[in-house]
Amino acid sequence: MSDLKLTPLYDLHIALGAKMVPFAGYEMPVQYKAGVMKEHLHCRAAAGLFDVSHMGQVILRADDPEIAKAALERLIPQDVSGLTEGRQRYGFFTNDAGGIEDDLMFANRGDHLFVVVNAACKDADVARMRAALEPEVTVKLLENRALLALQGPKAEAVLAEHHPSLAEMRFMDVATVPIAGAECWVSRSGYTGEDGYEISVPLAAAKDLAQALLAHEDVEAIGLGARDSLRLEAGLCLYGHDIDDTTSPVEGGLTWGIQKVRRAGGDREGGFPGAARILSDMADGVSRKRVGLLPEGRAPMREGTELFASADAETPVGTVTSGGFGPTVGAPIAMGYVNAAHAEVGTALFGEVRGKRLPVSVAKLPFVAAGFKR
Amino acid sequence: MKFTEEHEWLRVDGDEVVVGITAHAAEQLGDVVFIELPDEGTTVSKDDEVVVIESVKAASDILAPLDGEITEVNEALVDEPGKVNEDAEGEAWFFKMKIEDMSALDDLMDEAAYKKYIG
Repeated sequence: MSDLKLTPLYDLHIALGAKMVPFAGYEMPVQYKAGVMKEHLHCRAAAGLFDVSHMGQVILRADDPEIAKAALERLIPQDVSGLTEGRQRYGFFTNDAGGIEDDLMFANRGDHLFVVVNAACKDADVARMRAALEPEVTVKLLENRALLALQGPKAEAVLAEHHPSLAEMRFMDVATVPIAGAECWVSRSGYTGEDGYEISVPLAAAKDLAQALLAHEDVEAIGLGARDSLRLEAGLCLYGHDIDDTTSPVEGGLTWGIQKVRRAGGDREGGFPGAARILSDMADGVSRKRVGLLPEGRAPMREGTELFASADAETPVGTVTSGGFGPTVGAPIAMGYVNAAHAEVGTALFGEVRGKRLPVSVAKLPFVAAGFKR
Repeated sequence: MKFTEEHEWLRVDGDEVVVGITAHAAEQLGDVVFIELPDEGTTVSKDDEVVVIESVKAASDILAPLDGEITEVNEALVDEPGKVNEDAEGEAWFFKMKIEDMSALDDLMDEAAYKKYIG
């Protein structure tokens, strides 16, 4: 008995030999025949196609688009009103305690805002937006569109064969472009650290589009396993692991995502849930910080690994929140939270793995430089 | 070759057995990125955790298939754990051990039985 949902590409995943796993209520491909390592490296070298149709696509619409923009600012600490048409931004829903309820992408598509949220949070996010924004703003969760991501250094050339304008887009641009005969909402963004695109496509056209992209010799299907190692190398947070409802954006190293206008002294300072804590965290500093971690040996330090200041210290100074092997780095990598006193790059720590204290050092994020086309 | 339900293979080599994991197990694990081997000379009992093997996905333990003593480990695997995915039932053996009771091997599966076991 399974009540897992399927994406419109389910049959295609099966035909491609995917290993399917339950993820956020969906049956999703964790890897294809090539395996996580090869898929990861292919995405960094050429182009990878990801099915991210499980994510929530939401439209916010009001009589006047400025009303919708101002309203969304009540829920997130980002500058929405200042986002120009055809541009997208990264953001996060905060709670009254200053924690993060989910992270998201939001785009100004002229007469509406287009919001993409995590699959596991989408029902809660929609409920949150409805409660806070209706009736002046209508909140519509789209059930009629799939979401694909084409990521990697060859993504631009592959998509330019379908429509030349796609090559002209800059990082975080959004546009409506016909691809393989379907009206696609395209953004030049992604979550791998590579240049690339996310493509919202009508459900009925999703499989044809995926097949058209996969027909290109540079494109391979990439599963969730490699998606995770790619985003970890890129130093990007996985919601529910590296950030959650107890971590403030300042602790999470996401202060860059709070524009000046919403900060202390800005024209629209505060006015989002948890503003008091978040603005005071920014002013006064925080007691723990998210950092990159490079284990010295070959043993991966997985999520939950406790970090210590010395080989015999009794009290941990931090915890790994994401950890594994970085195929491009060629070594284990991790990120986690450590007490501020131990957060400086280069700090030597120990991670406790199977009862042994193994050396690990605080490292700069990202592990692999981003390839965005700015 | 003999096989365990834990997806290990055992090959008799003189008075020792060579132990590794099956190609089927390696495929299920995915790309192997880390291997921790026991010390040579360690006395082990059946089902003791003797090898740690980590793939891109997760960590797993390899259990001692029988009672005995570890006589040699394949150090080359520590530097090249990916060999497990390339040649699980050949070059990528984990360790050799002296078995206390060689007749215990008779209770393990032969290749035909193992093939049936993994379906």
